[in-house]
Amino acid sequence: MSIVGLFAQLLAVILALALAPLLTGWVNQWRAWLQNRRAPGLLQPYCVLHKLFNKESVVAEHASPIFRVAPYIMFGCMALACGIAPTLSTDLPLAPAADAIALVGLFALARVFISLAAMDIGTSFGTLGARREMLIGFLAEPALLMVLFSASLITQSTSLAMIVETLAHQPFAIYPSLAVAGVAFTMVSLAENARVPVDNPATHLELTMIHEALILEYSGRHLALVEWAASLKLFAYSCIGLALFVPWGVAEAGTPLAILFAIPMLVVKLAVGGVLLALIETINAKMRLFRVPEFLATAFLLAVIALLVHVLLGA
Amino acid sequence: MNTLLAQSINLFAVVLLVLAFAMIAQRRILTLIHLFTLQGAALAAATLIVGYLTGQHHLYFSGVLTFVLKVVLIPILLHRVIDRLNVRWDVETLFNIPTTMLIGIVLVIFAFNLAAPIAGLSASVARGTLGIALACVLLSFLMMIVRAKAVPQVIGFLSMENGLFFAATAATSGMPMIVELGIAFDVLVGILILGVFMFQIREQFDSLDIRHLEKLKED
Repeated sequence: MSIVGLFAQLLAVILALALAPLLTGWVNQWRAWLQNRRAPGLLQPYCVLHKLFNKESVVAEHASPIFRVAPYIMFGCMALACGIAPTLSTDLPLAPAADAIALVGLFALARVFISLAAMDIGTSFGTLGARREMLIGFLAEPALLMVLFSASLITQSTSLAMIVETLAHQPFAIYPSLAVAGVAFTMVSLAENARVPVDNPATHLELTMIHEALILEYSGRHLALVEWAASLKLFAYSCIGLALFVPWGVAEAGTPLAILFAIPMLVVKLAVGGVLLALIETINAKMRLFRVPEFLATAFLLAVIALLVHVLLGA
Repeated sequence: MNTLLAQSINLFAVVLLVLAFAMIAQRRILTLIHLFTLQGAALAAATLIVGYLTGQHHLYFSGVLTFVLKVVLIPILLHRVIDRLNVRWDVETLFNIPTTMLIGIVLVIFAFNLAAPIAGLSASVARGTLGIALACVLLSFLMMIVRAKAVPQVIGFLSMENGLFFAATAATSGMPMIVELGIAFDVLVGILILGVFMFQIREQFDSLDIRHLEKLKED
């Protein structure tokens, strides 16, 4: 472990914490523009976080400790996930701690706790949200794993840092399996981040809400942490997607100056990705809840096709 | 440059396969035709690239022929048919799409296994894609089996022809020109006859559901 690596790791986590609400704001802004609405300011998520942190946190009388600790666990998981994903450099001291499979486990841990907390209060909305979240989670997870495996097969490693290093620093080649896996990954991240074809983050309509139903009972600093964690989750997913499918511009080990170059690259890639996400959300209609398993089964099958194609073509 | 082009043949092959899957899962007839058009475009592009890489210039002709026939002519005919049958916005009820797609995955594995030893014998530039072409044929076959309406069945038939054509291009760098022309016109005539046939089915049974054809006699 080098000083440069430690520095890159710290920088990556701090950058994730700072930029995640900005990414959410950027996506919201583009979504509003594409839908011919007046957009909220780019810094709106920061204002919301600031407001919520200054407000009193109301907790239900019968809430158990799980309800209180769940936001912290969720926030911790997401921050750690942002640290594992190689955003700036592949020389990360945290990277050996968790490979791609453990990363999926981290997301699952956060999901389990937020679902438990939602059921803890005993309101019907919370239970409903938890059940829907679990339905989506158990279908999305295998698909996500398959996507990560098809990248692992190409690079012979399940460590994200190794995958990026192998993919980024070799002559450019077209991988049909990665192209299919990319489509599958997009579908999974739409479902996991409560985005439009699956869930709408901007509505509190009880027939359709999933993410909002989970966090309905939170207020004050707890809600702020949950919202921030949701932004971090979107950031982490974007970074994993960028690492797997657009790995260029990430610094190698032992090149401290490349990190300085990696930051603007990351910002540009995230900005383009955010616009694409807003575009997907605008041109798709929200689907019925019972169509979601079909949507995620398609993502899973695409990921399996990616694996099979890799076995057949060796690319 | 040539390696990238050779790799892009693989990419187009995978696009063909994914589109075949998308057709199985698609309920709307209109989207089905769009998917078929896309498949034709991918096929034409793959044929042109194989032609360029192997230096066989008759593949250019067959690529252009594929484009004219499968991206322009047949989709226009299909659009006219669904307009006149008034099924443009029809949504077909299918049984359990995830199950069908799982069967599709099994077919893909079967096809890949079957094609692996054959591909080893071939010296063609795109030999690895033979398994994908076979999988496309089997998937279109599956689509023809599970669909109950006439128009999706015809599209399944055409998509199967796409798969066969791709297999011919991938494994043997194309068939002789006269065979290709013959097949192309066969498909064109076939779609015309099937179009007339669909009108006849509708007139006879007031529906395009081909299950009515299973009864031999009037009760």
